[in-house]
Amino acid sequence: MKDKKMRFPGIQKSPEQKMHKSSIRKRLFLFGFFAGLLILCSVFSGWLCPYDPYEQNLEQALAAPSVHHILGTDRYGRDMLSRVIIGSRTSILGTLFLVAVITVFGTFVGMICGFYGKWIDGLLMRISDIFLAFPGLVFALAVAGVLGGGLQNAIIALVAISWPKYARISRSQTLAQKEMTYMKAVKLSGSSTWKMLFRHILPNILGPVLVTSMLDIGTMMMELAGLSFLGLGAKPPMAEWGSMMSDSRSLLQTVPWVVFAPGFAIFLSVMIFNLLGDAVRDYLDPKMR
Amino acid sequence: MGKYIVRRLLQLIPILFGITFLSFAMMRIAGSDAVMEKYSNAGAAVSQEVIDAAREELGLEQSFFKQYFLWLFGMLSGDMGVSYISGLRVFDTFLSKLPATLLLTAMSIFLTVVISIPFGILSAVSYEKSKESRRGLSKFLFALIDFVFRFFSFIGNSFPNFFVALLLMHFFSIRLGLFPVIAKGVSFQSAVMPTLTLAISMSAKYLRQVRATILEELQKDYVLEAKARGVKNSVILWGSVLKTSMLTILTLLALSIGSLLGGTAIIESIFMWDGVGKLAVDSIMMRDYPMIQAYVVWMAIIYVFVHLVTDLFYHVFDPRVQQQ
Repeated sequence: MKDKKMRFPGIQKSPEQKMHKSSIRKRLFLFGFFAGLLILCSVFSGWLCPYDPYEQNLEQALAAPSVHHILGTDRYGRDMLSRVIIGSRTSILGTLFLVAVITVFGTFVGMICGFYGKWIDGLLMRISDIFLAFPGLVFALAVAGVLGGGLQNAIIALVAISWPKYARISRSQTLAQKEMTYMKAVKLSGSSTWKMLFRHILPNILGPVLVTSMLDIGTMMMELAGLSFLGLGAKPPMAEWGSMMSDSRSLLQTVPWVVFAPGFAIFLSVMIFNLLGDAVRDYLDPKMR
Repeated sequence: MGKYIVRRLLQLIPILFGITFLSFAMMRIAGSDAVMEKYSNAGAAVSQEVIDAAREELGLEQSFFKQYFLWLFGMLSGDMGVSYISGLRVFDTFLSKLPATLLLTAMSIFLTVVISIPFGILSAVSYEKSKESRRGLSKFLFALIDFVFRFFSFIGNSFPNFFVALLLMHFFSIRLGLFPVIAKGVSFQSAVMPTLTLAISMSAKYLRQVRATILEELQKDYVLEAKARGVKNSVILWGSVLKTSMLTILTLLALSIGSLLGGTAIIESIFMWDGVGKLAVDSIMMRDYPMIQAYVVWMAIIYVFVHLVTDLFYHVFDPRVQQQ
């Protein structure tokens, strides 16, 4: 370590920079902890519910928040707290699955484009141009509508509109890596194409890709909930935050907690994942701030 | 310049073909049997002859590509078929609802600009001042101003817009009774809430971008140099920094029109605002494929042209791009 510092005096970090780095690391651990808690909560949601989230009890319908039902009950007398907890399974795990699929697929396409170039690059990039030409959720609405709703189809719809962004990022990063001297050495030493792609390029382009996907978790969660809200995602009685809100929309006037409880659940989770995303970005790439 | 426009327009051709082809193919695969869909929507049992006749009429017996080109030519002449539900011409219905959406979009953008550009600048300048000032109190105050804006922008970013809509509805319509819960036609009263919802969500995102752009500009060498020469801070800010970063800021705004065009669908259907977004959501619910198709294709075309105009605008006003 000491040796290294002697050799590269130029890249020694000032005490201020070190402080900065350690405060970012603290932030990373803090929000990582909260996000981990949320994920654990959604994985074990089945055990955490105080009541059966699907059991109807019409005598208790629309009860105000109380000691027995902390968040009150919905119009079928189902405990809202339990429904919000069980809903995290669809909302959080669904979103994470979605982001994982987009990241893997988009990155893979981008790497192929950047690495092979030529016609395959031209073709795939033109296709991604077309997907990027549809504004926002417009195309997702149509895909989900055509496929007929359902959580699975909502995920397909969001994958369809989001992969080009990742393909773009990983393509440009792959192109940059390809020009590096070490790639020439790798090539000369006779590495196979797959080894070059996955052993050498992938680890080097993972940073920017990971930052993007971490920052996207919150947005994707909102979009997935938005599709469910429109009735194009998870279908009742399956508990999902977006569809829970739209189910009880007509009750906004009389029993607002039925609408607000899942709403704040979305808000909190999106916020935590956004904070984590920001921390990951600051940690991996301070230039992007 | 002329060359650039021509090149840009030529680039547009494959994109437009792609958009139309994708939309066409998707709907064809989905409503693989448009005739069956049409009659099952009508709820009537029909004989094979009627189905065959209707197929013939819609040209479903022809090859896929022939159908696509027929459809494309129809689209160009404003004929996108007839709605399965209302029986009206799809393109006419779409056109009649478009102004409401454009009005909503324009008002939200206006409000977004009014909120986020001044506050974004203020936030960035406060951040710089807090770094520069030596005295504890002023340092703290400037840092606080920046923090407050960043805080609100962050909170706004984490609220899904349909939740913002419901919250506004709860407080302004139900508690305070200021605005109607459901839009009754296109009027100022009914426009306030959807505009506010869209502007809140968009400002949160945009304020951040404005702040980042200004900060980046303030970090450039020429700012330091001007300061060293003793140029007043306000002159640097208004004369150079804002002038150079305004172009980026306006470009970012134009690009966010895309998310707005897509985002209006949810908000329009919550507030019953009678635009194309609500039309699309209703059509999806009723599986009215020609209507969905018209929405998807035209929204994409509008978006592509907004992009084009932004690019050209950038080209005209940024001398650095012109030189290349």
